[in-house]
Amino acid sequence: MRLGAAAAVVLVAGAMAIGGCGSSGGSSTSSAIPTFNASEKVTITYWVPFTGGELSFVRKVINGFEHAYPNIKVNLVGNINDEKIIAASRSGNVPDAALSFTTDNTGVFCKDNTFLNLGPAIKRDGIDLANFPPAQRQYTEFQGTRCVLPAMADVYGLYYNKHMLEQAGIAGPPKTVSELAADAKKLTVRSGSSLKTVGFTPYIGFYENSGAHFGPLWGASWLQPDGKSAIASDPGWGEMAEWVKQLVDYYGNSTLVRFQAGAGGEFTSSNAFQTGKLAMNMDGEWRTALIKSETPNLQYATAPMPVADGHSQLYGGGYTTGNITGIPKGAPHPAAAWELIKYLATNVQAQVELSQDLGNVPTWIPALDRVHATASPQFQTFLAIFSNPHTTTTPITASGEASQKTLENYLEKYQAGEGGNLQQGLKQVASQIDAQEAQASVGSAP
Amino acid sequence: MSSVAAADPRMRARRRAQWHRRRTVAVLLAPWAVGFLVFFAYPLLASFYYSFTHYDLLSPPRWIGLRNYEYLFNSDPQVFSAVRNTLWLIAIMVPAQVLFALGVALLLSRARRGAGVMRTIFYLPALAPIVAATLGFAYLFNPATGPVNTILSSIGIEGPLWLNGPATAKPTLVLLGLWGIGNTLIIFLAAVLDVPTHLLESAELDGASAWRRFVHVTLPTISPVLLFAIVISVIDALQYFTQAYVAAGVAQGGQAGESAKALGYPQGATLFYPIYLYEQAFSRFNMGYASAMSIMMLIVALALTLVILRNSRRWVHYQAETR
Repeated sequence: MRLGAAAAVVLVAGAMAIGGCGSSGGSSTSSAIPTFNASEKVTITYWVPFTGGELSFVRKVINGFEHAYPNIKVNLVGNINDEKIIAASRSGNVPDAALSFTTDNTGVFCKDNTFLNLGPAIKRDGIDLANFPPAQRQYTEFQGTRCVLPAMADVYGLYYNKHMLEQAGIAGPPKTVSELAADAKKLTVRSGSSLKTVGFTPYIGFYENSGAHFGPLWGASWLQPDGKSAIASDPGWGEMAEWVKQLVDYYGNSTLVRFQAGAGGEFTSSNAFQTGKLAMNMDGEWRTALIKSETPNLQYATAPMPVADGHSQLYGGGYTTGNITGIPKGAPHPAAAWELIKYLATNVQAQVELSQDLGNVPTWIPALDRVHATASPQFQTFLAIFSNPHTTTTPITASGEASQKTLENYLEKYQAGEGGNLQQGLKQVASQIDAQEAQASVGSAP
Repeated sequence: MSSVAAADPRMRARRRAQWHRRRTVAVLLAPWAVGFLVFFAYPLLASFYYSFTHYDLLSPPRWIGLRNYEYLFNSDPQVFSAVRNTLWLIAIMVPAQVLFALGVALLLSRARRGAGVMRTIFYLPALAPIVAATLGFAYLFNPATGPVNTILSSIGIEGPLWLNGPATAKPTLVLLGLWGIGNTLIIFLAAVLDVPTHLLESAELDGASAWRRFVHVTLPTISPVLLFAIVISVIDALQYFTQAYVAAGVAQGGQAGESAKALGYPQGATLFYPIYLYEQAFSRFNMGYASAMSIMMLIVALALTLVILRNSRRWVHYQAETR
């Protein structure tokens, strides 16, 4: 009797743990996007992850859309993450269109027409895809299906404190990672056993530091031509890991971790670069807007991230990602929704406004020149990185961000001296990524 | 004939009364039954089915046989790390919590003055919301700016990295667990106070030391409660999620709501089985695989509980058996 009661307790606990595994669902409506009937009055719902001031900026641009399309009213809903989009798609109760911050989920969205295939509508409306940069074309398509459009991009570069560099006698921003490490050491100020000011921290996991963001600086590729992971075969990854570890060792792993723990939250006004605790930092273009509003007196400049020694041709490029927007299957008004996402992705005025208000980079090339003319010098750096042919993004795969997480997990250990033999570790990472990809692809629609 | 005829109405009346009673019972049980079927039976059966499918929450599940289980046992390196971390919790945190709660309960049971105040003080942390408590701990134990390390450094000791160090992250979570031990403490305290005084006095008169009185009188008397606490603590350890999820995100420098990218920080030290399960289900959208992980967790929880219960026959004493 007591055994039975205990078993019941365990069963209930187990059931609670696996709660949330609901039924599959979703509409089975046609995946074709009809042409919008301009005389038809509709109200469409648009889900976006933006909140607060950013949401109001998007609303402002959508007001412009409603002005251009007087018969379409847009119900803009903010604070929506991908989990909510997916839950809605499962239930079939979907919005007309949605925007996501996570390009890694393009594979999830595009698989089996979860988001409608935009290809026919793009062709029908004569949208020239060449007006999207190559990286943006890459992360909006999965296995031949383009189910989302890019709507503003993030680009990564180097932020440096001009005043601190001048004081240290450094003439300009470093262009190679060797120069970066040397400058970082010059700029570092120790106080006893702790760090008062850090020149540059390469610590994987800190702020925006990650293997994915550093990889392009070594020209490292994710995939081999046969689709297998290139983490072990491309020497760039190993060289990057070595460089990171050497600089971490210079500071001392636990000393650097302690410094970072007190460095202030990344998206707060006490961000270590904004407060002068960090002389140089890799960050996205959005930081220019945050600095402008939170620490406007900071004397800083921006530059492309330094590249690996011997890879000077890569200088000027970097890593890019961005927002994606599409139409979930079962959307009540796909024709009107298409007009909206097309407007946000390809209308020059909309792109310029979004760029200026959100502090992001336009993804529609014709809008770049307009933004260039009015951008601050710090922001122009990012426009230049964005247009550089060596700027890359992470590949869209069935396993989504799993490959990046697997690499991160290993790099975090390696930089702390816990990763063992580097080459063997990278081989394990590569085989794990291949296994994850195979697991994610098994049972997928052919 | 007449007696049969007289019996019939009585039989009918009895049957009617039985039917009414059963119907009343059924109506009273209905809310529970509906909850059981909707929130327990269906998810359990559905998860069992999904564990044999490729299911990304969006496309219809596709049957793939035992592939999820093969991947779980043969190819997924992170699952072993997650299992190792969870076993650490069972081996270290569960005994620590049970012993600490028992120790405090014994002390509180002896308090002669201010017992009520002391009990309230020790119980209060259990009332704090888990997320708030974890955020508070992350602040207290921040290795750079936290008050704990500030105090330690004032006496010349460089404090550890606490939640930011792979060797100290789990022990710090154990400290958080010990702090919030109130519920178990109250159960132990009630059990300790329920130990028959005459037995303790008899043992004392026979010359038994305080330790022998505890081992031979108190412990056997409270053993059913001890068993309950151990079983519940083991199940809690198997489901350990919120504290690790919040602590990892905050320790890495993010906000409480940004924890998803920091799961397992630092260096996978806090990647417990439920955390990894969550990551697979809701971050990577591998619901089929996550369901297989859930089923394995259910089996392990059941097996562990059965092992504990079987072993308990040797050391748990129920009052009915001692009469």
